Amino acid sequence: MSLAKRILDGDIRAASRLMRDIDDRIPTAMDALKELYPNTGKAYIVGITGPPGSGKSTIVDKMVDIFRKEGKSVGIVAVDPTSPFTGGAILGDRIRMQRHATDEGVFIRSLATRGNLGGLSRSTQDIVNVMDAMGKDIIIVETVGVGQDEVEIVNTAHTSIVVLVPGMGDDIQAIKAGIIEIGDLFVVNKCQRDGAEKVERDLRMVLEMGRKREDGWEPPIFKTEAILGKGIFELVYGIYRHKQVLEQGQTLERKWRERAKATFLEVLETEVMSRFIQKIEKDGGWESILDDLTKRRTDPYSLAEKIIAEELKDH
Amino acid sequence: MPRKIRVLVAKPGLDGHDRGAKVIARALRDAGMEVIYTGIRQTPDQIANAAIQESVDIVGLSSLSGAHNNLFPKVVQILKDKGAEDILVFGGGIIPVDDIPGLKKAGVREIFQPGASTEDIIKYIRENVKV
Ligand code: B12
Ligand SMILES: Nc1nc2c(ncn2[C@@H]2O[C@H](COP(=O)(O)OP(=O)(O)OP(=O)(O)O)[C@@H](O)[C@H]2O)c(=O)[nH]1
Ligand SMILES: [Mg+2]
Repeated sequence: MSLAKRILDGDIRAASRLMRDIDDRIPTAMDALKELYPNTGKAYIVGITGPPGSGKSTIVDKMVDIFRKEGKSVGIVAVDPTSPFTGGAILGDRIRMQRHATDEGVFIRSLATRGNLGGLSRSTQDIVNVMDAMGKDIIIVETVGVGQDEVEIVNTAHTSIVVLVPGMGDDIQAIKAGIIEIGDLFVVNKCQRDGAEKVERDLRMVLEMGRKREDGWEPPIFKTEAILGKGIFELVYGIYRHKQVLEQGQTLERKWRERAKATFLEVLETEVMSRFIQKIEKDGGWESILDDLTKRRTDPYSLAEKIIAEELKDH
Repeated sequence: MPRKIRVLVAKPGLDGHDRGAKVIARALRDAGMEVIYTGIRQTPDQIANAAIQESVDIVGLSSLSGAHNNLFPKVVQILKDKGAEDILVFGGGIIPVDDIPGLKKAGVREIFQPGASTEDIIKYIRENVKV
């Protein structure tokens, strides 16, 4: 039986092995992904992002309780940063969710960014697809702790949650425009702390000045105390309301199309690049190219044009 | 491109001594590995399921409370029951030398005691994990 068939049959080991192959960029993983693709597109994907330590994992942990009570199965992809110095990583999001480890309706996968900059790993989208094919109803993607322009999550999630906390410095200045624009729902977590009102007020002001959404959705703000589970129920129902609005208009369809495009472009880019790199390596490697470039015998622009033209001619 | 080594570091049982486990987690991270740390007070079931979902190469158990003879073999057994016997299990902590043969017989690959050097632990993983 093929790996993909085993995954569709509910084989957990097969699924996690494929995730490993995807993450390690083993070429054969693509065969399984091809076979699984027709079985994807059913899950609802929720992204959660925000500064380090704001409580993203704790919120996910508590949301899972509610989804599970409603009988929904859940997949979680939790991304933490790879150390640029050692290439290693400590993936700590799972600690907060580990009480769900024996629940068969919950599958948690920790990923390291492995040098990717957008707040996710390169493998995230494909791994979400595997969970989708596994039949997970809801898939939650937790990004690395960010606060700047790491907004890749919008290409992956239907609903994006941005988590803020009181005392993040002077005000929302720390949170750049990018991350405000991607939020469909906002959370002020640790709201029992001083300054929660101020964060909420500042945020409301920034949101009022923000772009009007074509589907009329106005991002709500939820106040939560995640360790106590407070405000999580409201947050989950906020997700459902957003989902409804997406489904009523054309937005959901548009999001799927945008996501399909982003994924396709990424795959195309990877494939094309690896083909050219293979060609260069087969044709005698980098030495002569780098000699030519550093000695200024040619320029990168002409060289790229030449290599592309040669490749096209060969076909 | 070689595969990245993935390790699960876990503390089974009610033992709250987590310094050693954290020292190990950091050392493995600094050696370029991906380390999933599950925290303290884990049941063997939780540990085995996490190891499978994360498709790690090896599980490192840490125990200083004396419950290793009971808990370490359980993790090995559950992994085996779930068809994941290729995931290696090893460990460390306060473990009397006399207990080591029994643990090894139960499928725990190696035990590192207090004072063990992290270099030796890293070397052990690199030599025993097939990636
Ligand atoms: C620090 C300490 C504490 C701290 C723990 C702080 C923390 N968050 O970790 C505090 C004060 C909280 C504490 C409390 C207790 N402690 Co205490 N504690 C110690 C002490 C002094 C040092 C442990 C330590 O941190 N060592 C430093 C780390 C780096 O070393 P390590 O954990 O051994 O790890 C090394 C190796 O073992 C190995 N290793 C460890 N784990 C792993 C995992 C893997 C995968 C690998 C490869 C290797 C490996 O590699 C590491 C590096 O060399 C030991 C005595 C001792 N000398 O070991 C007692 C000791 C462990 N504690 C003991 C006891 C009894 C207790 C208490 C029950 C006391 C009480 N009555 O309240 C409580 C229980 C706490 C709990 N909830 O479980 C006893 C345990 C006796 C036993 N096993 O039968 C000991 C042995 C003291 C003694 N001689 O009686 N303790
Ligand atoms: N006081 C308080 N602490 C909280 C709350 N939510 C989470 N925490 C604590 O904040 C710390 C970080 O929580 P996490 O859930 O790990 O935060 P995170 O955003 O996932 O962190 P990273 O993934 O490391 O960016 C933990 O110690 C939590 O217990 C809350 O509502 N109130
Ligand atoms: Mg987290």
